[in-house]
Amino acid sequence: MNARQPAPVRLEPLAERRLRALVEQGLPLVPRPWQALAEQCGLPEETVMACMRRWQAEGLVKRLGLVVRHRSLGITANAMVVWDVPDAEVAELGRRLSAEPVVTLCYRRPRRLPDWPYNLFCMIHGTRRERVLAALDEIIEGQALQAMPHRVLFSLKAYRQRGGRYTAEERP
Amino acid sequence: MIAMPARQSVSATTPAAELDAADRRLINRLQDGLPLVEAPYAAVAAELELSEGELLYRLERLLEAGVLSRFGPMYHAERLGGGLTLAALAVPEADFERVSEAVNAFPEVAHNYRREHRLNMWFVLATETPEGIAEVVEAIEAATGLAVFNMPKQEEFHVRLHLPV
Repeated sequence: MNARQPAPVRLEPLAERRLRALVEQGLPLVPRPWQALAEQCGLPEETVMACMRRWQAEGLVKRLGLVVRHRSLGITANAMVVWDVPDAEVAELGRRLSAEPVVTLCYRRPRRLPDWPYNLFCMIHGTRRERVLAALDEIIEGQALQAMPHRVLFSLKAYRQRGGRYTAEERP
Repeated sequence: MIAMPARQSVSATTPAAELDAADRRLINRLQDGLPLVEAPYAAVAAELELSEGELLYRLERLLEAGVLSRFGPMYHAERLGGGLTLAALAVPEADFERVSEAVNAFPEVAHNYRREHRLNMWFVLATETPEGIAEVVEAIEAATGLAVFNMPKQEEFHVRLHLPV
């Protein structure tokens, strides 16, 4: 990180909200993006960067990155694989599945009995169903999960695929 | 194993965008995040042996082509004080269009996918406050006449958040 770690910067609540609203629209594509935001807020560049550093330290901002629209790249096979795992084993299996390179998200969620017995959800993305299913078969084989009840729910159609106002990363 | 229905909806999507090798390297690199420095694009460009101008041009093009939907800080919804959940509905086939329009009319719906199960509509809800989730769930039930299966995450198992393109 930064060698000369400055003291945490607190802005006026109004200024902070304004900065957040601006950053939510995305980082400007100019050589000095923080400077550009700073000018729009009437703040020094250094203050804007310190504020962003604080947001990252506090966990408000997970990282500065991008959201890829996988469908536009032909990654249309999006499988939600759900497992019915005994409660005592779910954390352990969650950790093992999340370590599989093809698994892009992995969460424990509540069962909704009697309709929905599954409590572990993971996502596998790919360009073709057959590949995704083959990858899943390898996981089942490798982790000896043949007896673990599971279902594969491929997505048939995206009716909406965008970040909401408050989050960009969670996917079903 | 699941039954495989006809693939019409999937194959009817728009053709895949064309990326060259430098685009792919750029996307894969930026999925790991941008450094918080005064000139972040120049720093990443140097790593990838591109010029800063070329990197900015490529990013602009990828955003315009819709390959990237967003570029910048990724917020942690819960720590922002917001609510977040995954929810599902069992929608009667004949009603699917009507219900998807009703659900998508809510600005709190961030993603909505049709999936192969009796629970056939799956969407993410993101609200400004944690209490907002219950309110939206109730409103969606009222608007659709269907029970919402609300399945908030209880534990996240961290993956290397990286889907190579």
